[in-house]
Amino acid sequence: MRKINTSLIEEKIYKMALRAGVNLTPSCLNALHAAKKTANSETAKFALGTLIENSETAKREQMPVCQDTGLAVVILEIGQNVYLEGKLLSEAINDGVRRAYADGYFRKSVCDPLTRENTGDNTPAVIHTEITAGDKVKITFMPKGFGSENMSRMYMLKPAQGTEGVIAAIVETVKLAGSRPCPPVYVGVGIGGSFDTCAYLAKKALTRDVRVQNPNPSVAAIERAALEKINELDIGCQGFHGSDTAIGVSCEYAPTHIAGLPVAVNIQCHCIRCEKEEL
Amino acid sequence: MKKLTLPLSKETLKSLRAGESVLLSGTILTARDCAHRKIFEYLDGGQPLPFEIKDAVIYYAGPCPAKPDKASGSCGPTTSARMESFAPRLLALGVSGFIGKGEMNEATREAIKNNNGVYFSAIGGAGALYGNAIKKSECIAFPELLSEAVYRLEIKDFPVVVAYDCEGGSIY
Repeated sequence: MRKINTSLIEEKIYKMALRAGVNLTPSCLNALHAAKKTANSETAKFALGTLIENSETAKREQMPVCQDTGLAVVILEIGQNVYLEGKLLSEAINDGVRRAYADGYFRKSVCDPLTRENTGDNTPAVIHTEITAGDKVKITFMPKGFGSENMSRMYMLKPAQGTEGVIAAIVETVKLAGSRPCPPVYVGVGIGGSFDTCAYLAKKALTRDVRVQNPNPSVAAIERAALEKINELDIGCQGFHGSDTAIGVSCEYAPTHIAGLPVAVNIQCHCIRCEKEEL
Repeated sequence: MKKLTLPLSKETLKSLRAGESVLLSGTILTARDCAHRKIFEYLDGGQPLPFEIKDAVIYYAGPCPAKPDKASGSCGPTTSARMESFAPRLLALGVSGFIGKGEMNEATREAIKNNNGVYFSAIGGAGALYGNAIKKSECIAFPELLSEAVYRLEIKDFPVVVAYDCEGGSIY
């Protein structure tokens, strides 16, 4: 049994949130540079060049790279030999988020869904926990912007629709989103599970490095096929046409019911911000 | 790149063509989801708005708070489509155009054509650059809405692309 005080988790969350708000992930920045090199129109080059310059300015001046500093999505993989002591885990996480969003001059973007009244401090965070083997706590912090989140979709396909149906659902989601979610997008896909776990798998897929494929070759084939079709849609960076519609597709999958084939497609804009740490 | 100063004259509006990149300078007003709801509560209630919208360019944006040494925090565009149901009526009231990101509906594109307006796309995700192009920011209405309040911004060389022009042209 390893004891971890939740104040340590709060401190990690605080620092991760501050870093995430002002930095693109290295793989995201590489993808933007690569897209700019191959962009076939002046407008796309201008847009991609602006985004690269923006990320440099944000890093240098420690300003949020995008004003939508997002819902704070936290995934905790907690080893079952860990004993958490101190304040309630959710309180520790929310305290870390609250402090980071104040100290970082980040926008507070969380509100009541019906009255639309802002909570004023960007809490509560969206917290997912998984119990894993061992005595470590792995923390993933991802600020999730909503221009792209709004363009996400859930499909309950028939089993007979199979792999082709999954690919069609992914491509259709990106097509319907068009220019609205800030393309080039990163597409997180959940395949299988139940209605709720499928959506979580899609979110989790977005925490992967954009260059890394799923280790299952048939799932990796879906990722490649969907990306190729998406980049034939001619939406392009910011919707200005071209082949830079997506920088990656990542799929996670889980066993499902014999009667179903759930597919969740979670859209992430080109502003990928994701920090990972281990305690 | 072409440089334009706001407010835009009728001749300038007529000369803009979808696809061209321009640098905007001058005064714009921010308004996003909640501010639009408020604005239409005023209009539907027959009350005058607490600020002038004639010839205004409305920026669909909600800024981050400004650091002490800055006029504004990061302030890139938000998705325009969420405000498209309001846009034709604002154009009819004399608003000259909008800055946002992503396509808007046909009704808005038509209204831009019929009212000699314009829709500019800013580069979504470039919040820090746009924040630095804001030289002055003042909340002029609905401060309780925090980042969703209406801010009057003085901007300098704001990079945008003409998305819809007054002849019905579109970059999308």
